[in-house]
Amino acid sequence: MTEMAKQLAAVVGFGQTNHTATRGDVSIAGLVREAALRALDDANMTWDDIEAVVIGKAPDFFEGVMMPELYLAEALGCVGKPLLRVHTAGSVGGSTALVAASLVQAGIHERVLTVAFEKQSESEAMWALSLPMPFSPPLVAGAGGFFAPHIRSYMHRTDAPPHIGCLVALKDRQNALKNPYAHLHEHDVTFEKIEESMMLWDPIRYSETCPSSDGAAAMVITNEAGGDANGNPAWIIGNAMRSEPTMFAGRDPVNPVAGQLCADDVFAQAGITDRRAEIDVVEMYVPFSWYEPMWLENLGFCPVGDGWKLTEAGVTRMDGDLPVNPSGGVLSTNPIGASGMLRFGESTMQVRGLAG
Amino acid sequence: MRDVAIVAFSQSKHERRIETQNEIEMMMPVVGELFDRTGLSADTIGFTCSGSTDFLAGQAFSFVTILDAIGPWPPISESHVEMDGAWALYEAWVKLQIGEIDSALVYSYGKSSPGDLPKVLTTQLDPYYVAPMWPDAISIAGLQARALLDSGKATERDFAEVAVRNRRSAMDNPKAQLAGEFNADDILAEPYLASPLRKHDCPPITDGAAAVILAAGDLARELSDRPAWIRGLDHRVDAHALGLRDLTVSPSTRLAGEKAGVGNAPVDFAELHAPFTHQELIIADALGLGDDVTINPSGGALAANPIMAAGLIRLGEAAERITRGDGNRAVAHATSGPCLQQNLVCVLEGDD
Repeated sequence: MTEMAKQLAAVVGFGQTNHTATRGDVSIAGLVREAALRALDDANMTWDDIEAVVIGKAPDFFEGVMMPELYLAEALGCVGKPLLRVHTAGSVGGSTALVAASLVQAGIHERVLTVAFEKQSESEAMWALSLPMPFSPPLVAGAGGFFAPHIRSYMHRTDAPPHIGCLVALKDRQNALKNPYAHLHEHDVTFEKIEESMMLWDPIRYSETCPSSDGAAAMVITNEAGGDANGNPAWIIGNAMRSEPTMFAGRDPVNPVAGQLCADDVFAQAGITDRRAEIDVVEMYVPFSWYEPMWLENLGFCPVGDGWKLTEAGVTRMDGDLPVNPSGGVLSTNPIGASGMLRFGESTMQVRGLAG
Repeated sequence: MRDVAIVAFSQSKHERRIETQNEIEMMMPVVGELFDRTGLSADTIGFTCSGSTDFLAGQAFSFVTILDAIGPWPPISESHVEMDGAWALYEAWVKLQIGEIDSALVYSYGKSSPGDLPKVLTTQLDPYYVAPMWPDAISIAGLQARALLDSGKATERDFAEVAVRNRRSAMDNPKAQLAGEFNADDILAEPYLASPLRKHDCPPITDGAAAVILAAGDLARELSDRPAWIRGLDHRVDAHALGLRDLTVSPSTRLAGEKAGVGNAPVDFAELHAPFTHQELIIADALGLGDDVTINPSGGALAANPIMAAGLIRLGEAAERITRGDGNRAVAHATSGPCLQQNLVCVLEGDD
């Protein structure tokens, strides 16, 4: 029996679509191809170089197509190749890339294309998330209704002042002005406009909420030889996934144990001991403004209760010492299934020096 | 490749309609049986992966709550594919190949009874040019069966004999939904459901669940007296558009079979995921399985077809027979998509 050592994997290409509320100019297939072709172009590869495709997206109800990867086989150059479809809820854009990386880390493939997308304009995401279920009280309308109580709990626990969420939204929307692919380009955004925007799910205001976007992201992942040949790869030196129960009294959705363990694992793999000092930039999934301070704590960038202080002090701004979401983040662009992969891809641009 | 085996398999009793259990309640005893048999638990298993589809549950993110069935606390390393559980097994096998873990749990389930399954499957078709015409899944399979007849490679009697053999084999399968002694002449006297397919050519509509435990090397030998080693595992996809394919053949099955090494040694038996009778003929041909190979000793998907789990069950049934000593080399196959679009092939072997 031969025990294979884990292979080093690298991202050598990243592409994303131009994101907007309705990409009526393209079909679902056209949308994913736009991102995939840009990733192949960035990697200096063609379809023939790709051995396998791993695709991810959030619920199929968002487009009304069951297992749409089957219909996308031709568009993604998969005919005759292995095709995997990942779905891990909101994390799917990231977990899809991790599955693609695992194919390389296991030594099964040398060059893998991974794609994630959402074309929300094909359907109505908010109500797709609010289908009436037997024996379940219809308490929420859309994701905001689910997350608002967790945010209120965070504010209560940490005594965070109420304007922190607006600060996050202002920063991310201003960052998005520098990202040509971002969905929202609010050139006239101000703190006051955000603060005065409509309260949707108290304490989440309209301007503290992610948009509904059509968009896709794609990456090309290769083995060590492929990374070396590329000359400017982003090496994957840590990756992890953790899940916890839905119905469990011991669960803390404000600071989930799964997130803490996942971060501990990934930083240990990367040999990072001082997260705040050793990390230069963070792209993380902030669908509602308050999740920036919440995840800063959950991922261990600061002690519990201090996340909002980092935001308030400007630490997470582009010119702070720990910039968070310089791309504008999910608050500026949210093709749900692709949002996780956009975080990964934007991070590869940062470490490859391609983000401007 | 690292030596990885299927060391335990469990499935529910498959039924047309399980009204008193939701998916979590269906899944819990199936996974619980594997935990009891192996002594493993959610927190000692290295990786967990499941396969299911929201379109059966009628709920977005439906699989998220089903994870509760295995008791994932403290939090576990876990993933999910919107595919048949056979592909969840593939993802878990890949994780085991990396060499950082020694065991994995794979589970999948399908509860078709709340909806109109042939119409639900219509939503798998091209959303712009095909699905709006609402062809149902049986009619689409009928097109393929008709093409096979027109090619001269098979007759309607061949279809009927596949049905007779599978339903007869299912009489030895206590988990089967549809089993019994039927006669080809009687079947051929029945009316068409979607010409040239008759009711007997079609799978039952099933509620059911299944789970598998994978283990590597020494742990596999510890957990099983006779592990079913995965000697080859590959999957491929064909074009989606029916007009771009020769529906009488399955190039993706053939290629996956070649990559998995099906033809490298004689095959004792095969578990083929063929929901419709004519599809078993196409798959057996693509894998080069001759008349000497026993096909679907479990009764196959014609005996029980829980969507999203029926492929994983083929791998589990084959492994269980290897472990039992019914043979030493088996082929297991899973399919997905209209007219056998996507196919996975696994070669399993015992230690002689």
